[in-house]
Amino acid sequence: MLKRALVLVLVLALMLTMFTACGQKQATANVTFGMVTDTGGLGDKSFNDSAWAGFQKAEKEYGVKPTILQSTKQEDYEPNLGAMAQKTDLTIAVGFLFENAMKAAADQYPDKKFGVIDTVADKPNVTSVLFKEHEGSFLVGVIAALTTKTNVIGFIGGMELEVIKKFEAGFKAGVMSVNPNATILVDYTGDFGKADLGKELAIKQYTQNADVIFHASGACGIGVIQAADEKGFWAIGVDQDQSKESKNNKVLCSMIKRVDTGTYTVIKSLVDGKFEGGKTIVLGLKEEGVGYSDNGKNVPKDIAEKTEAYRKAIIDGKIVVPATIDELSKFKPVQL
Amino acid sequence: MDLQKINVQKSERKENLDNLIKQLAYPLIAIITSFVVGGLLVAAFGSNPIVAYSAMLRGSLGDITSIGETLVITTYLILTGLSIAFGFRCGLFNIGAEGQFVMGAITAVWIGWGLKGLPPFLHVTLTLVGGALAGGFWGGFVGWLKARLGSHEVINGIMMNYIAVQLSNFWVRTSLNQDGKAFSVEIADSAKLWRFSETFSVFSKTRLSGGLFVAILVALVAYYVLNKTQKGFEIRAVGFNQHAAEYGGINVKNNIILAMFSAGLFAGLAGAIMTSAMQYRVNQLMGFTGFGMDGIAVALVGNNHPIGVIISALLFGILQKGGPMMQIEGIAKEVVFIVQGILILFVAANFVRIMHDKYKINKELKNSLNKREGK
Repeated sequence: MLKRALVLVLVLALMLTMFTACGQKQATANVTFGMVTDTGGLGDKSFNDSAWAGFQKAEKEYGVKPTILQSTKQEDYEPNLGAMAQKTDLTIAVGFLFENAMKAAADQYPDKKFGVIDTVADKPNVTSVLFKEHEGSFLVGVIAALTTKTNVIGFIGGMELEVIKKFEAGFKAGVMSVNPNATILVDYTGDFGKADLGKELAIKQYTQNADVIFHASGACGIGVIQAADEKGFWAIGVDQDQSKESKNNKVLCSMIKRVDTGTYTVIKSLVDGKFEGGKTIVLGLKEEGVGYSDNGKNVPKDIAEKTEAYRKAIIDGKIVVPATIDELSKFKPVQL
Repeated sequence: MDLQKINVQKSERKENLDNLIKQLAYPLIAIITSFVVGGLLVAAFGSNPIVAYSAMLRGSLGDITSIGETLVITTYLILTGLSIAFGFRCGLFNIGAEGQFVMGAITAVWIGWGLKGLPPFLHVTLTLVGGALAGGFWGGFVGWLKARLGSHEVINGIMMNYIAVQLSNFWVRTSLNQDGKAFSVEIADSAKLWRFSETFSVFSKTRLSGGLFVAILVALVAYYVLNKTQKGFEIRAVGFNQHAAEYGGINVKNNIILAMFSAGLFAGLAGAIMTSAMQYRVNQLMGFTGFGMDGIAVALVGNNHPIGVIISALLFGILQKGGPMMQIEGIAKEVVFIVQGILILFVAANFVRIMHDKYKINKELKNSLNKREGK
């Protein structure tokens, strides 16, 4: 009797699971994924938010709710990656500071998959994603050089790191290509979080006659844009469209970096069963990983056309944009 | 005669035990209450408190890896907590622990990377001692300013924190930089402190190291120095009442410098252990590391007592390591901090003791009133 009841229950349970399986309209992918942010965390209106947007896109498409873990200390990166790896199949870390932690975590959880943005962790279960920031910076350099009236153009970087030097090199190459006579002022704030430092340097460059200033300095850039509002010069935004940050529409354009494309690409590769460990994906103009945006409608048509010509030339390989200051010194400007 | 003596001793011992139980009971009740209140708040934010707390426990004590990482955090917190506690015992607020920690960490990179070819035991010892001394001087300087010039240790401590972070970042970007990256060079293998994972494979996924024993040992030494030596008595006397201590023939200025130097030693050692056992390098700092600030809470909850600091460091280790798991289970990061904040509030305010004392006084008053009326 008991046995029969048990069988009945089991059969019912089995049928129930079948019903639920049919009940779901959306195709649910068979993988779970999570993101570990750097100490900036969500709400930074830039890097982390953009990376999370890629996850949200994946959530809509694959019907899997992503997990998020926001780090509070740099020293916690390694255990945080481990905790996420225990929970999900794919763990993506966002930021170049994850390099060493990612290598350690990949060794500790060899049967799990990892992704890392903005740095390379050469391990068999990690896909690294890099961006050709220099290509996007080249385009805004072209725009800056065609816009300037004083022939003095400014660049304000955050910390003097390899990744920020890519912005500087690309930007300078862009300016040199269309306006070889322009002077380029370069300053670094040494920080990514202090708006007052950005403002100070922007005003300094303004007094040195700069009328277009490109920043790659994280939240310091808010200060650069504020200074542009007050003094009336042009600022160029970074990472995402920053036209809304300016009250007087003084953001000429923004060099955008599609971190969301990066995270989404890695997730997609796992869902499609095409995840490749030890591989580095590089997203440039061709892959639409970088580019420029002009939500403020400040770039005139003729300049936009010229910029588009350069964009095509870079995609076709006619121009190789320098990624380091060394390469920049060997770079020969190409006039189109 | 002898019997009487023994009885007196027995009752003294009983009193001591009663005191100890009371000292432990107050914070314990406060912790339990704060968890209940925290749970109510978690529920108010729309999450399940049982899920939250079980995630916290699973994340911090669920398996050997989590326990190991909890103890990693505990290691730092014992030392930075001790640093703050030691200052408090001398009446000083060592808010500069943050900077001392950073100086300890970066100095350990200098020694661990710069002095190659030393035998491992010597190299590790030099790295730790060097880091601790760097923190000690960083703190001692603030003490010297206070003693000689009378400038406040909190202001100077905060300023020294900024100097330490900028100096560390400067070195990470220049002399100690590795290939233009955002972190310093790695220290030599001979400067790396023994990790549990080297001997026990169950600990393979944690960075738990011999630093834990160093931290506990240092706490015990601090307890001994504070409570059983003349120097410790002097430091505490200055903390109780500077003027009385001076009147009693104690050199207040020297003791202030000494206390700040010792406090710096502990925080510097914490930084050196971070370099030598956990990170092997120093990253470019985007802001303060937060370990010094955490030390303030650890010291307060531990009642500025070295042994109490060990226990409270463990508690904070559990809270901090449990936090990520709570986030993974979908509890907002802010709620995790709120629970931690409530705990500090309840324990540091010592509200259980105050309520208990008030209740007692009220009861006695009522009793005596009743008696009078009865008569």
